[in-house]
Amino acid sequence: MLEAREITRSFGHVEALRGASFAAYPGEVVALVGDNGAGKSSLTRILVGADQPDSGEILIDGRPTVFSSPLAAQQEGVGVVYQDLALATDLDIPANLYLGRELMKTGLLGKLGFIDQKAMRAGTAKTYERFGVKPGSLGAPVSQLSGGQRQSVAVARSIAFGGRILFMDEPTAALGVLQTAKVLDLIRRVRDEGTAVVLISHNMTDVLDVADRVEVLRLGRRVATFSREQATLEVLVGAMTGQLDERRV
Amino acid sequence: MSAPTEEVEVAPSRFGSGRAREILADSWIALVLIALVIAFSVLRPSFATTFNFSNILVAASVLAVMATGQTYIIITAGIDLSVGSVLVFSSVVAVLTMRELGGISGGWGAALAGVAVGILAGVLWGLLNGLLIAKTKIPALIVTLGTLGMALGSAQLLSSGVDIAAVPPSYVKAIGFGKVLGVPVLVLIALAVLAVFYVVLSRTRFGRHTYAIGSNPEAARRAGIRVDRHLVKIYALQGLLSGLAGVLGLARFSTTTLSGHTADNLAVISAVVLGGTSLFGGYGSLIGTGVAVLIPVVLQNGLIILGVQPFWQTILIGAILIIAVFIDQLKRRARTA
Ligand SMILES: Nc1ncnc2c1ncn2[C@@H]1O[C@H](COP(=O)(O)OP(=O)(O)OP(=O)(O)O)[C@@H](O)[C@H]1O
Ligand SMILES: [Mg+2]
Repeated sequence: MLEAREITRSFGHVEALRGASFAAYPGEVVALVGDNGAGKSSLTRILVGADQPDSGEILIDGRPTVFSSPLAAQQEGVGVVYQDLALATDLDIPANLYLGRELMKTGLLGKLGFIDQKAMRAGTAKTYERFGVKPGSLGAPVSQLSGGQRQSVAVARSIAFGGRILFMDEPTAALGVLQTAKVLDLIRRVRDEGTAVVLISHNMTDVLDVADRVEVLRLGRRVATFSREQATLEVLVGAMTGQLDERRV
Repeated sequence: MSAPTEEVEVAPSRFGSGRAREILADSWIALVLIALVIAFSVLRPSFATTFNFSNILVAASVLAVMATGQTYIIITAGIDLSVGSVLVFSSVVAVLTMRELGGISGGWGAALAGVAVGILAGVLWGLLNGLLIAKTKIPALIVTLGTLGMALGSAQLLSSGVDIAAVPPSYVKAIGFGKVLGVPVLVLIALAVLAVFYVVLSRTRFGRHTYAIGSNPEAARRAGIRVDRHLVKIYALQGLLSGLAGVLGLARFSTTTLSGHTADNLAVISAVVLGGTSLFGGYGSLIGTGVAVLIPVVLQNGLIILGVQPFWQTILIGAILIIAVFIDQLKRRARTA
């Protein structure tokens, strides 16, 4: 339902994207892989509204769309979890989940700017239940959570409000084995809810573990796409480095 | 596929027994305060009179009004050094307005016009601080150090460096010396300011965004919060409160006090930090500020009553500030470790 066609983007003399195409479908984890500098982050920024392409098309459910800002992308249900997570770590989980879109009290108090902390706590608990994750203590500052738990806060934040497509840039890069397993589990749960998850990762073990489909970028272009069954470490590395026969799409 | 149900032990806070922790942190500073009061009372019984306590509370009121704004600012990881100068500037333009409208023979009209002009002047200095900090990205430390000089110099220019005592007596009598049910009006005003800003900070979206910006401005920005605009508002509020402090000072002394505020920023920032607000931003409470603001005042008052040179107060507060920030740093390191 999210499709990018022939996206180009140059930074000065550097052609980061040279006609890159990409697609993500509901209820599917698609991994976006490629060597350093292949253009993964550049493409992601464009698809989440944080940057504008020089040329090319973005389609949502088949209709051409322009994401003028991250907010515009969010309104189409496109969310992103950056590697740095962007959480206010002194604040607790509900405050982070609802940051910038706080639930207000009803009536006059709401008009005066009073927030409904009870409702936000309840909403947070519900969201966590939905994904079968225990949040730890809802009232604790996020700084006291583990890396994996923080990752779930960021994920919950970007999908709790009708997110249909979730981009995750290197979600397991800083995590140990146990925490990584948890985040991968969370990715599956999010997918099972019907969300399209785009996993950007250098970790091929993770990719092979969780991805239903893999799209490979090389030198700013999509050079291959593999189904779960086709994807092996060998073919992925081959496609990323250009050693393999390119299976054009 | 196993559900990730393992729960990491986390210290509950804010909503759970975190309230208790916060209250404990606040009561720690309250204990220091009580110890000081007991020490001075034992050393010199004349310290412990209702009259003197009332004096202390009145003196703390003006500082408390400024410390309220400074708490917001420090929660955003900012700082405002210009508070004392803005106070002086506001009191000068307020008293000049009062003098234009009749001075000591003027009535409430002259007084209120002066109050309005004084507070407005404070807001304008605050806006200047906020706009420079938010838009030019010059550090708050430098911006407000600059406006500290600019506001004080302008006040001296406007007053020719001489204190002006053209405050209508009805205003001085009602606000400066007035009491309601035995409580000085100045104290009531300070308590009202603290209460309103406490509710805004802990219950409203404005307060929530203030914490978020201090904790992680980039996260706030990505969440769609207009960080720059919010910062401008907060510095403007500090300006408003410094202006209010200026006109309250006029009521208390019935004259400007040009040379009496050079160390106000020291006292105010110390109070905020001692009250538990973190200079690193994202964390703090007005209850702590409200208690801690009494410490510089009690020290000053007690030392004078003991016959010690009051200059010692400034030295002590300076040292206490450094120690408080050091402790804050240690806590911060423990939290992020
Ligand atoms: N803002 C920018 N200004 C200049 N060049 C840029 C900018 N962003 C990306 N590039 C360049 O575009 C190319 C693609 O970079 P991009 O970050 O998209 O790659 P990537 O696939 O995410 O790599 P990595 O795996 O290292 O994160 C690189 O050559 C990079 O130097
Ligand atoms: Mg990248």
